[in-house]
Amino acid sequence: MQGRDNRAQETHDMQYSLLFQLTPAEYKRRENPEEYAAFYAAFMPYFQAVKDAGIFVTGAGLAEPETATTIRWTETGTEVQDGPFADTKEQLGGFFVIDVPDLDTAMEWASRYPAQPGGGCEIRPVLPPRN
Amino acid sequence: MDASQTVDRVARNAYGRLIAYLAARTGDVAAAEDSLAAAFLSALQTWPVAGVPERPEAWLLTTARRRQIDAARRQQVQTEAMRRVYESTVQVAEEQDSFPDERLKLLFTCAHPAIDEAVRTPLMLQAVLGLDAGRIANAFITKPGTMGQRLSRAKFKIREAKISFEIPSSRELAGRLTAVLSAIYAAYGTGWNDVEGADARGPGLAEEAIELGEMLVLLMPSEPEVHGLLALMLYCQARRSARRGFRGEYVPLAEQDPGLWSLEMIDRAEAALAAAASFGRIGRFQLEAAIQSAHCQRRFGQPTDWDAIAGLYFGLVRICPTLGAITATAAALGEARGALVAWEYLQQIPPDAVRSYQPYWALLGHLLARLGLVEDAREAYSTAIGLSHDSACRSFLQGRLELVSGSSA
Repeated sequence: MQGRDNRAQETHDMQYSLLFQLTPAEYKRRENPEEYAAFYAAFMPYFQAVKDAGIFVTGAGLAEPETATTIRWTETGTEVQDGPFADTKEQLGGFFVIDVPDLDTAMEWASRYPAQPGGGCEIRPVLPPRN
Repeated sequence: MDASQTVDRVARNAYGRLIAYLAARTGDVAAAEDSLAAAFLSALQTWPVAGVPERPEAWLLTTARRRQIDAARRQQVQTEAMRRVYESTVQVAEEQDSFPDERLKLLFTCAHPAIDEAVRTPLMLQAVLGLDAGRIANAFITKPGTMGQRLSRAKFKIREAKISFEIPSSRELAGRLTAVLSAIYAAYGTGWNDVEGADARGPGLAEEAIELGEMLVLLMPSEPEVHGLLALMLYCQARRSARRGFRGEYVPLAEQDPGLWSLEMIDRAEAALAAAASFGRIGRFQLEAAIQSAHCQRRFGQPTDWDAIAGLYFGLVRICPTLGAITATAAALGEARGALVAWEYLQQIPPDAVRSYQPYWALLGHLLARLGLVEDAREAYSTAIGLSHDSACRSFLQGRLELVSGSSA
């Protein structure tokens, strides 16, 4: 009845990355199939709404921080270590890049993410391409 | 009460009056805020030692004005405005106990057509109530630094463009008053809570908005829409605690326990609406308040008169055809005349206008479910879920989606 045609992507002047920070509890939830399903029941409609709005550029969900490997550059060369770069409680869980007219609109979309308390979203402008 | 409590009390009660009085004479809101902040600081240092002055407000005003004059001297500004400040300082020293209430002029200045519409509400909240930019930014989901800049730019514009502090002439009054009322209502921040499952964008500043509404009623008692807006906010506020269940879950209007609605607040709303109606000049806010009044009849054991509510909504859409009003009209129609009539009514909205408008999709899901169109209902509910800001609304809609899915099995 109501069509949900994907609007042809319009190019605005700004792109923003939404960097979703997850708590250890949120990562833990992913191991439980029931809670995993509950998360996706809220996340997939959100993702679809972002796509329907014609603002989605790219994005990815990331595996747990325990799976990370980090390379550091030091004065003497490179150093490889297990684990994520920053030793913080909250870790990057995924990101979107969206194409919207301004920061207010980017924040409006970020605030719709079905997050758990303790989580957060860092919103940063994407640098324009250099000619 | 000790000196710092006295400072707090005076700040709460007289802040807007002091700023309005200082700014109305110079046309400079930012300078008025700076000088008053300095006066409050000076009070906090002086009063505990020297004692609280007999007329604390007059003391603050005189101190703030001395600061304004000193600042002007330092900049060697010899403007007409500053001469006026100096003259009126002498005058205040003589009068001391009372100064005129200029808050109405300040409200009209904040909602002046030359001020960007998006910054009118924040400006009003800061200039008249003294709210800090961070709190305002949080309510409007805006970057705090950006909010601060927007407020500074607006104040700069008031000063540089010499936006006058005055009450508009009767010819202009209706339009200018609507801007003031809309700015106050925007601070209230309620969603269209008569559309089942529709969420509000931000937490809003409900108490602050009601405070502004009450202030405006005192300052403009013979404008019906001013009473209408206050009535509207009080009706919505009366139901506020019933909108969430014990576990914080969203409770739609139809399922709310009317026993939880505040009788005291409904009484105040009824009185405000009666005051508005006595003028015999209908308007947008009075219609919206009348709709809320009809919903509140359940508090008195009466069934909801959906025909009457739909009729009021038709009136509202005629004078104020916003997306929210059209969506809520369709919701009322759905109850009064069935889901199909409501669905047909919704067809007047162009799809592009509602693509990211959550209340529309929540209502559409509800209507399609009632029509037994399970797949379409699921899709609409899913879109509403994806567009929700509020986790309680999201969970409620997920429950409805599961219910629809179950009925198809």
